[in-house]
Amino acid sequence: MSVRPNTRPAGHKPPFWRDRAKRALIFQLLLVAAVAAFLLYIVGNVQDNLSARGITTGFGFLSNTAGFGIVQSLIDYSSQSTYGRTFLVGLLNTLLVGGLGVLAATIIGFIVGIARLSPNWLLARLANAYIETFRNIPLLLQIFFWYYAVLRTLPSARDSLAFGEVIFLNVRGLYLPEPLFESGFGLIPATFILAIIASIALVIWNKRRHEATGKRLPAYWISFALIFGLPLLVLVATGVPITWDIPELRGFNFRGGITIIPEFLALWLALSIYTASFIAEIVRSGIQAISHGQTEAAQALSLPRNLVLRLVVIPQALRVIIPPLTSQYLNLIKNSSLATAIGYPDLVSVFAGTTLNQTGQAIEVIAMTMAVYLTISLLVSMFMNWFNARVALVER
Amino acid sequence: MLNKKHLVLLASAGAITIAGVATAQASTLSDTLSRGAVQCGVSDGLPGFSAPDDDGNWQGLDVDVCRAVAAAVLGDADAVNYISLNAVERFTALQSGEVDVLSRNTTWTTTRDTTLGLNFTGVNFYDGQGFMVSTDLGISSASELDGAAICIQSGTTTELNLADYFRANGMEFDPIVFDTSEQTVGGFQAGRCDVLTSDTSQLAALRIQLDDPSGAMILPDVISKEPLGPVVRQGDDQWFNIVKWSLFAMLNGEEYGVTSENAEEMLESENPDIARLLGQDGNYGEGMGLEADWAYNILSQVGNYGESFERNVGMDSPLEIERGVNALWNQGGFQYAPPIR
Repeated sequence: MSVRPNTRPAGHKPPFWRDRAKRALIFQLLLVAAVAAFLLYIVGNVQDNLSARGITTGFGFLSNTAGFGIVQSLIDYSSQSTYGRTFLVGLLNTLLVGGLGVLAATIIGFIVGIARLSPNWLLARLANAYIETFRNIPLLLQIFFWYYAVLRTLPSARDSLAFGEVIFLNVRGLYLPEPLFESGFGLIPATFILAIIASIALVIWNKRRHEATGKRLPAYWISFALIFGLPLLVLVATGVPITWDIPELRGFNFRGGITIIPEFLALWLALSIYTASFIAEIVRSGIQAISHGQTEAAQALSLPRNLVLRLVVIPQALRVIIPPLTSQYLNLIKNSSLATAIGYPDLVSVFAGTTLNQTGQAIEVIAMTMAVYLTISLLVSMFMNWFNARVALVER
Repeated sequence: MLNKKHLVLLASAGAITIAGVATAQASTLSDTLSRGAVQCGVSDGLPGFSAPDDDGNWQGLDVDVCRAVAAAVLGDADAVNYISLNAVERFTALQSGEVDVLSRNTTWTTTRDTTLGLNFTGVNFYDGQGFMVSTDLGISSASELDGAAICIQSGTTTELNLADYFRANGMEFDPIVFDTSEQTVGGFQAGRCDVLTSDTSQLAALRIQLDDPSGAMILPDVISKEPLGPVVRQGDDQWFNIVKWSLFAMLNGEEYGVTSENAEEMLESENPDIARLLGQDGNYGEGMGLEADWAYNILSQVGNYGESFERNVGMDSPLEIERGVNALWNQGGFQYAPPIR
């Protein structure tokens, strides 16, 4: 908004309510004060009513003993842990399924999105069928489908499907061998990190050399070999300092190894596959937004096909893809709260479910849960905005 | 004190005035009378305790408490609005005034009685937590359950007792937590868990819902005390008394042999206890703001505690739960009501 130039003679100041700028400022201050007063009133009203009804308030409950068990925990947890700990366990479980879901949805989404544009008729139709099926069925139903229709039909623990006698699949989940690292293993992650640093240096050097001389090395292939080959070499050289803890049937269940519970599998599959169908469409629209002339121009410069994609099409397509992709990531993370429908111990199930009920402190628990989702979403948005700014067209 | 500050702030802002939000609630009794129905919170479907029958009418031991309150207050046992609540919603629904009585197999514990702003009015069923297992497992005692996967309903005392029991006995378990009892049964049937745990009365109710009830058995071990009873909001003593004495009237009715069938004849009874109970001698409803025939309405329309028990969960019902500790005090049980005088 522009402010009208003050045409009055100096020395004759109008009263402040006639000054547009001052008036705007006063109105804004009044609005802020009103909003603040309203919020304070709400908080006070809640506190007054809670104390009038004899309902305990405050966050003291977080240090009380929780007393219930949780089936999947990424950190040490027992029934003797505190409610604060259950919050962390739930949060980590939410982040786990959200993070892996984003990863899988992105990979599937990009593959399907590109396949949708494939000149191969069958591939394009299959991708189309995938998108139209999974995009149009409600997510909750898909979660139920994976949980009740697919995973519930697996055999019981005693007649598990065995893969090479080390991996077992049954109605209780997927049982994988767990690597136990012996002394001397520390060398391998060290070489891995070293290889990554070397690869970054190589790529930067290669880029400069390319700009200066026009010559280029296949830097990405070399980095790939470095990052995976070098640690492997060290692994063999040190005599493979890993033993495997193989799951075995003892009593009711398999013990040992890593257990992936079916609730996690169902939720992860449903979230990834559902969100991937949206991402595929976003990827397709991104690629189609780049005019065909760009590709032809790049080909006219005799760039090979993979470089046309990498240097011309994808960098421009990303600009179209990233903003809607952010929304899909946010949706996926928020949708993970449907976990409670099938009993996956995420934040909503463990904290806003069991903890809320055991302590009865609904307002505190719900406020914390909402704050967590808000924080996660804002962080994801911040990161994606930063990434978007990086790939955005630089106008000169 | 906080409120005053805010009012000052509000006035200075000159913006909004929201009045009356914080004022205390009117009496539950007068609200109920003007509404013409009791708002009663029940379960999301637990046969024997609260579940709709084939015609959509709610039936059960817990439902009879709602009906008794309605009969006492309004003279009509059918004047009840049933609100189905799951374990997680139930206390919030009562605190916020969505329901006025929560009669939903709820265990009386210290935390619930003292920190939630609620009051338990008594015990209408003495229960304990047990385990149901598939007969294929060949297990006969809870001490053999080390390492089992256990299906359980979220937000119950059961969740806590289970963790305590396994820790005390040095055993491990995987809790598989579901929202509703229906889902826990589904998990148990699909083999997701070896064991289903809940109050033994609920297990009996859930067992008859299985596709093959004979394939499952309830272990004899009872690992906890679960006194189940109706709950009301704290701070309305009149309503607290009404709900409390509605249950006591049913118990006293059984003790004195007043049933739904003979209630009318009993009005002529010479027995002074019965005369006081049925309002023929004195008006014992007055102190609660009720009519003198409050208990007569309960007993003639709902029946006494023994009738309700046999009809809903006892030997006359599919659940076939024995009276056991729920028998009257003079018949070897715990059920004991203070005298009406």
